[in-house]
Amino acid sequence: MSDRGGRVSLGKIFAVFATIGAVSFGGGIVAYLRRSLVEKEGWLDEDGFMAALEISQILPGLNSTNMSVIVGRKLRGAAGALVAVLGMVLPGAVAVTALGFAYVALRHDPKVAVILTGVAAAAVGLLLQVTLKIGWKQLVRPVDLAFVVVVFVLVGILHVSLVVTLITVAPFAIWMNRLRGVGERA
Amino acid sequence: MNKIIELVNNFALMSLLAVGGGTAVLPEMKHDTVDLHHWVSETQFADIYSLGQLAPGPNMTCVSLIGYEVSGVAGLLAVLLAFFFPACLLCYFVSKIWDAAEGSPWRGAVQRGMAPIVIGLMLAGCYALGKTASYNPARDWEFNLLTLAIGAAVAVVLSVTRINPALTILAGGAAGYLLLS
Repeated sequence: MSDRGGRVSLGKIFAVFATIGAVSFGGGIVAYLRRSLVEKEGWLDEDGFMAALEISQILPGLNSTNMSVIVGRKLRGAAGALVAVLGMVLPGAVAVTALGFAYVALRHDPKVAVILTGVAAAAVGLLLQVTLKIGWKQLVRPVDLAFVVVVFVLVGILHVSLVVTLITVAPFAIWMNRLRGVGERA
Repeated sequence: MNKIIELVNNFALMSLLAVGGGTAVLPEMKHDTVDLHHWVSETQFADIYSLGQLAPGPNMTCVSLIGYEVSGVAGLLAVLLAFFFPACLLCYFVSKIWDAAEGSPWRGAVQRGMAPIVIGLMLAGCYALGKTASYNPARDWEFNLLTLAIGAAVAVVLSVTRINPALTILAGGAAGYLLLS
């Protein structure tokens, strides 16, 4: 993929990612990315996209910005990664800033306050649905479910810091899955 | 200036801890920004997260508004950079190494091992937000019943249809306007 670098202009990379960043309302950016990068621009094939997505999901940071970094890097190195991330983030950042200014000006208006309460209540439902949709495989497998519950209780209820939680729980979870992977392959 | 440095420290750490996406750091972020530093109130935190659902692009760009509440436009820009830059930098270098680790059994183990942790963190995020947005002890039971019902309705609608999630968020706002005032 990197041997094709140089053919795509930085302006083009920015434009493609900025378009995705501007039209992807309601989350699910991965679907927009796939349509644009694989189907429309042909910058990645299906396997390349899945490989990039895999890394994006494992590394910290948002999937969408990690995908931008990886694809931008493959196309044009560091400069490509930078313009891709800027394109992905800027439209939403501008929009959220505008919403934020309106919020600061209007939040004490009782009508606005109840609208925001409704929006927040709906956002919880959205987050729950996304979590269940992504996580149903983990929730039905007892070993995984145990890790889900442990992490939920540590971080959500006991407010153990995320650093401590990850350092203590993650190596254990990864180690157990290494054994499982080997066992399944044997 | 000290506040900006505190903001940057806090959000840069969040950036590097956000395994599995931004929602995984929601509970920790809420605890730090609301309970520890008192940068925003619980309600403001829930409102800011909701505004992020109404904007296009990565929904976590809304964290910049916490910076705005603390230190105005400088805080907004500082948080935006601090939250996005460290993870992007890490991704830039690690993705190069990762490409070289193709076929290692550790790759699959990391993926399968981290999956339930991410789900646990996302559920904790739901709980942290829901404690204010869905069930607010300061409100009466009728009000809380309605906010819980709005969340449940959104979850059900999204499970059975392929409607754009942003529309359900707007519908939640409309329901709030009609039912909660």
